[in-house]
Amino acid sequence: MPGETSEMSEARSDVADLTLRETSARTSARLEWTLVGLGIVALLVAPFLIYPIFLMKMLCFALFACAFNLLLGYTGLLSFGHATFFGGAAYFTAHAVKVWGWPPEAGILLGMAGAALLGLVMGFFAIRRQGIYFAMITLALSQMFFFFCVQAPFTQGEDGIQGVPRGILLGILDLNVSLNMYYFVLVVFLVGVFAIWRIVNSPFGMILRSIRENENRAISLGYSVANYKLGAFVMSAALAGLAGSLKAIVFQFATLTDVTWQMSGEVILMTLLGGIGTMVGPMIGASLVIGLENTLATSGFPVTIATGLIFMVCVLIFRRGIVGEFYARVIRRAGKE
Amino acid sequence: MTMIFGIPVQAFLGQLLVGLINGSFYAMLSLGLAVIFGLLRVINFAHGAQYMFGAFVGYLLLTHLGIGYWPALILAPLIVGVFGIVVERLALSRLYDLDPLYGLLFTFGLALVLEGIFRYYYGVSGNAYAVPPLLSGGTNLGFMFLPNYRGWVVVASLIVCFGTWALIEKTRLGSYLRAATENPRLVQAFGVNVPLLLTLTYGLGSALAGLAGILAAPVYQVSPLMGSDLIIVVFAVVVVGGMGSILGAIVTGYMLGLAEGLTKVFYPEASNLVVFVIMAIVLLVRPAGLFGRDA
Repeated sequence: MPGETSEMSEARSDVADLTLRETSARTSARLEWTLVGLGIVALLVAPFLIYPIFLMKMLCFALFACAFNLLLGYTGLLSFGHATFFGGAAYFTAHAVKVWGWPPEAGILLGMAGAALLGLVMGFFAIRRQGIYFAMITLALSQMFFFFCVQAPFTQGEDGIQGVPRGILLGILDLNVSLNMYYFVLVVFLVGVFAIWRIVNSPFGMILRSIRENENRAISLGYSVANYKLGAFVMSAALAGLAGSLKAIVFQFATLTDVTWQMSGEVILMTLLGGIGTMVGPMIGASLVIGLENTLATSGFPVTIATGLIFMVCVLIFRRGIVGEFYARVIRRAGKE
Repeated sequence: MTMIFGIPVQAFLGQLLVGLINGSFYAMLSLGLAVIFGLLRVINFAHGAQYMFGAFVGYLLLTHLGIGYWPALILAPLIVGVFGIVVERLALSRLYDLDPLYGLLFTFGLALVLEGIFRYYYGVSGNAYAVPPLLSGGTNLGFMFLPNYRGWVVVASLIVCFGTWALIEKTRLGSYLRAATENPRLVQAFGVNVPLLLTLTYGLGSALAGLAGILAAPVYQVSPLMGSDLIIVVFAVVVVGGMGSILGAIVTGYMLGLAEGLTKVFYPEASNLVVFVIMAIVLLVRPAGLFGRDA
């Protein structure tokens, strides 16, 4: 399919122009580390200032968005089906913990494994096409999973799995205590983000970026691009699953909402708003979207209209996202000096 | 009673008809997607929302202005088409130089806004739209009972599909369109106003979605959610057919509708999964799609 590949790789370099170049990453490395330190300190003290449940929701979605960004930002693949991994893992964890009586850590690991398996299947089909076809295939397959969840008995249909016990972590830490739960979520979040950072900056991650920049050249250099794409897809799915499992434990339920295509769209919005291909962007995007939804929930203004409008504005005039825009300014200033 | 594979003929043909009706809408919508994608390289995620918009225009014309089905059949596509033209001029035309994914994301946002607006004002429950008097009732074909309106939908969708096909394959305007798909710069150099062509194409694609919407109004209920569920199935149809050929999009649409109807007869639980399963199989066997030119 020569027509499609050349066109798509051309298109992909457009994405590359908008995401950060290696030089810019170096310029801002010091700044980044300071911000990371400040961010962690802020998150440590946050539960004493802000409602912990809200913070935990933010952290779960931030991890979800970062996992999604591993695929979109660093491999150049737009998945429109990530709700499958997020919501699917939530179901697996909720079922294991509630029905089988598993401890939370085992439930979360099972959710991750299940999400990785779903990612392997979906990725296997989706990587056969590129660009927008990839997006449409992932969307269609995730809709298929949605219908499966509607009908499968273990998800309990419209009701969802309710009243999932939080349990006692490793037999020591009682997660029913709000602060214990919060710090557990924070640790998992940090470990997840660190894993993503390691993947992105490993030789494997470099090859992923080379696929994003120019797939044909990566192929001609002898890399089995399909395997790398599938690897990235499975990792992204597993980490999205980790976020979903965590959310199931925090909120003690798993419902159909988390497997809908709207959820897949939401994580795209978070990443786009924060900055595609940046480490911090998806976290900021997730916090803003969750914060906005919380605000709108009480105002009566429909959330879908707001998210739709943000989508349109981002695509039209704000494609770098908040963090991308910030970096672009920093680089421009650095260039002048 | 005559049986086919242990199932009464009546039930069998009834489900087949439902499949054919669904297939008609798949065909019309995937046709519109293919027309838009062919020239603009944009996957119009808002296609489902525009279909819903068309149905609502018909419903609102009837309830607020007392304008009936037949005028609405002209007015709804017109209004949705003009809406499409405005969207293309104001926004989409700025995205052509970018990765096609941005077009997908923009139209996704547009779909959310359209759906959100109608949901806000009309709730999620469906509104019934009466079948026009001329087409109410049914005809006994001897082997089955055919509701007249459903027969009309099948005929109308065939007319729309092959009309569009003829417009693109057999007219001068269509030849410009096809040429611009191959090489827009060259066509522009020959003095054809390509930006205008792009605008009109998006308008035409949107109008097709609006027309499908008003045709669907008496069959399904008019509801804000009617488009979003459909569009995902239509995406699967488009992946199966490949967007390279107009005729391919039409044929695939009808085929998958019929496949869905057949599944409903033999294994109802899987009927809303079957299109996706077929998509997966096609991806394994022929990744470029059944009618994909880029195989």
